[in-house]
Amino acid sequence: MSFDEIYNITLMQGFAGLSLFAVLLLMGLGLAIIFGQMGVINMAHGEFMTIGAYTIFLFSSLTESLAPGLVQAYFPFAIVCAFLVAFGIGWLTEWALIRHLYKRPLDTLLATWGLSLGMQQVFRSTFGPKEVSPTLPDWLMGSWSPAEGLDIPINGMFVLALTVVVTGSVLIALYRSRWGLRVRATVSNRAMANATGINTRRTDRLTFAIGCGIAGVAGAAFTTIGSTGPTSGSLYIVDAFLVVTFGGAASLWGTVVSAFGIAQTQSISEFFLSGSMAKVLTLLLIVTILMMRPQGLFAAKVRR
Amino acid sequence: MNAIKNWLMRGGYGSFVILALILVVVFPLAMDIFRLNLVGKYLTYGFVAIGLVMLWGYGGVLSLGQGVFFGLGGYAMAMFLKLEASDPESTKIQSTPGIPDFMDWNQLTALPLWWEPFKSLPFALFAVVAVPVLLAFVVSFAMFKRRVGGVYFAIITQAVALILTVLIIGQQGYTGGVNGMTDLKTLLGWDIRTDGAKYVLYFVNAGLLLGAILLCRWIQLSKLGTLLLAMRDKEDRVRFSGYDVSMFKVFAFCLAAGLSAIGGAMFTLQVGFMSPSFVGIVPSIEMVIFAAIGGRMSLVGAVYGTLLVNFGKTYFSESFPDLWLFLMAALFIGVVMAFPNGLAGLYESHVKPWLARRRSAGAPATLPVPPAPAGHAAPVKAEPALSARVSGQTA
Amino acid sequence: MSNTDFVLAIEDLTVSFDGFKAIDNLNLYLDRGELRVVIGPNGAGKTTLLDLICGKTRASAGSIKFKNEEMTRLPEHIRVRAGIGRKFQTPSIYENLSVFKNLEVSFPRGRGVFGALGFRCDDEVRAKVDEVAGMIGLADRLDMEAGLLSHGQKQWLEIGMLLMQDPELLMLDEPIAGMSAKERELTAELLLRICRNRSVIVIEHDMEFVSRIAHKVTVMHQGKILAEGPMEKVQADPKVIDVYLGH
Repeated sequence: MSFDEIYNITLMQGFAGLSLFAVLLLMGLGLAIIFGQMGVINMAHGEFMTIGAYTIFLFSSLTESLAPGLVQAYFPFAIVCAFLVAFGIGWLTEWALIRHLYKRPLDTLLATWGLSLGMQQVFRSTFGPKEVSPTLPDWLMGSWSPAEGLDIPINGMFVLALTVVVTGSVLIALYRSRWGLRVRATVSNRAMANATGINTRRTDRLTFAIGCGIAGVAGAAFTTIGSTGPTSGSLYIVDAFLVVTFGGAASLWGTVVSAFGIAQTQSISEFFLSGSMAKVLTLLLIVTILMMRPQGLFAAKVRR
Repeated sequence: MNAIKNWLMRGGYGSFVILALILVVVFPLAMDIFRLNLVGKYLTYGFVAIGLVMLWGYGGVLSLGQGVFFGLGGYAMAMFLKLEASDPESTKIQSTPGIPDFMDWNQLTALPLWWEPFKSLPFALFAVVAVPVLLAFVVSFAMFKRRVGGVYFAIITQAVALILTVLIIGQQGYTGGVNGMTDLKTLLGWDIRTDGAKYVLYFVNAGLLLGAILLCRWIQLSKLGTLLLAMRDKEDRVRFSGYDVSMFKVFAFCLAAGLSAIGGAMFTLQVGFMSPSFVGIVPSIEMVIFAAIGGRMSLVGAVYGTLLVNFGKTYFSESFPDLWLFLMAALFIGVVMAFPNGLAGLYESHVKPWLARRRSAGAPATLPVPPAPAGHAAPVKAEPALSARVSGQTA
Repeated sequence: MSNTDFVLAIEDLTVSFDGFKAIDNLNLYLDRGELRVVIGPNGAGKTTLLDLICGKTRASAGSIKFKNEEMTRLPEHIRVRAGIGRKFQTPSIYENLSVFKNLEVSFPRGRGVFGALGFRCDDEVRAKVDEVAGMIGLADRLDMEAGLLSHGQKQWLEIGMLLMQDPELLMLDEPIAGMSAKERELTAELLLRICRNRSVIVIEHDMEFVSRIAHKVTVMHQGKILAEGPMEKVQADPKVIDVYLGH
């Protein structure tokens, strides 16, 4: 094996890690907003991702049967819809379930687990137990080879770009918009925020819904690199939780860094070990570090 | 006679006696061995559920990884049975006779060193409890000493469950992989697959479970039980009264782990196999719902909850498999939203006052009637003053 | 410097939260049997000081010596066992347990996991509970659920829980906040009685109360000690007047 080949393989393996990084980050971002900002554990978060993925699939099937000419163009609209659908269902979930459980985090965990079971069964009854894949536009297919022997898949780059846009928007929204200000005020002192005229209930609902919407976008991204089944989302939920806790629950930058670290560790160790052992190694590493440093990588410094 | 009655009333042992009668007399008389064996299987989950009552209900610490300990206990037992079933005579068609079949299929040519001690039953029985408790100690000591609790702890335990499942499935040459360890036949030459053996194992299992309930009840009534409750509400006060709070939580976690492991070993013995499907995230969280349905503060309730959910699961997944998940979803959401103290809480808040009203209105002169086993509802065993206000839990 | 006579010797103690020094190079010495009151405006670092002594907060630098033993790096429960008792600002009692149980649990025996399993409530424990319940005026409330006590009684109960352990140093954070005049009176008497064989640090705002109980007063401001001495001297100190009355 020549040096060039090793170099190329490292690059491609690193890039495979970037696709995983994108999905983990999008999943983690939604969770981090909900968990970090509101202290709510949403075990059904993976199912919101699946909702996003099925939305894309639905769009793709509808476009194919009703307007075959638009197959090249439907994808961006579908992503927006994936966000909106997940957002809407998240809104309803908060209203029906979550708001009654704010003071009982462990109970929320159980209730949302129940919700995820129910949602999986709905998916199964609606779309069938088999995995489905949307017809992706041609421009997402193929790969880009800037050099001999180096193939970088376009769908991976697209997912990465989408992730950058979404992450950027979330950070801007949180630190520059009125909503972000309200969220941050509510997080640091709920009673005071209420007293200054912030409708904290509405803020909570909006925050939860936005977190779910981002999971929907994660699902949209997921369809470009894998096929969707009723339990696709639940496969990522533990990883996503670890991304959030590992990064430090209150820090969105921490989420970005830890998603990158976890995805790359897994991807690179997959090159040397079998897939399952790479997973075991990665998880073991995170759990050990979390035991040593439970506050995560980026802890909020608060005078207590 | 009166002394016995006093003892029953004081510790709240009346409900325990009723449960014991149901398990030891009613079920064996009313069911054939097939059904009884099934109940025996459910009761092994009961060990996990009462462990969770101690850990979650009393200690305020929720673990989503109890399947890990159930599985480790079960696997330790299964390793011994598998080795006994893999003597050179019955495995002579393998390319390497004398090792478990799955090792042979995975091109192993010798028994791995760490399997060797499991040829001895005393060691295997020791490992059933020791390995899970040791793991529980390491995990919880590291976490609780650093004041990690609540949802963080739940997530970490869940990650541990995932790690162990992936590891077992991935290392199939050493663990039997996704199929687990099957074809377990004899225990020291005693065939565990016969009806007679199943009867014996059922009674051993029921006896162990009842013993475990008494042990936990004794702990609840000791100062340690009081401290666990006190910690749940005012952790700092306990700490600044000179107690090392983390060690009490570690103890509760190790206790729950040890109980789960005994359940796992009894599962292996009664069902005849062990597989990773009892280790992972999904079974672990299902075991939490057993305790939640029964009532997270009630040991006896947890056993009823376990039986009820599992009867329901067996019935529905045979007759209406699609409905079962919806029902399960409703159970999770309902128990949290509507009756956080489970069946025991319902009994305490509805059945008991109703019984008391009837008693005082109907026949004031007659002797008090012991509470009847109202369906699957179980009386709360904690002191009323404690159990009446149990909804809150520390984060 | 280390003087063996002091029950508590704090030297060069500093704690900073993200750059902000809540306690700044503080020195404080407490005699055996002394009742010291710490006063100061809000945010002066009074509660933080108690947190540092009992171990709730870790010091960034400096030393805390209790009976000449270094406490700075020890965990909370070890400091309690050495004889430091701490009462929190809001009453911190086990609301669901009876008054008796509250006191019994605080008895300093069977503090390990297995010790607690083997703990029996014998005559010694009962005698101590009765004695303490008498001191805090709750002798006739022993079977009552602690959550049903009045605010003042809860405060006394928490003091009682500390007395169960016979601490050599007792720290009370605003013990009379929210009490009626009558209750304040009783609390003052209680404090004067219990400081006979132990040292006490009290944080308080009520100057009348302070002048009644204090042997010596320490005034804190911005994490430092502004003045220290008898009440009259401190009250006359122009620096103190400046801090309290503004510029």
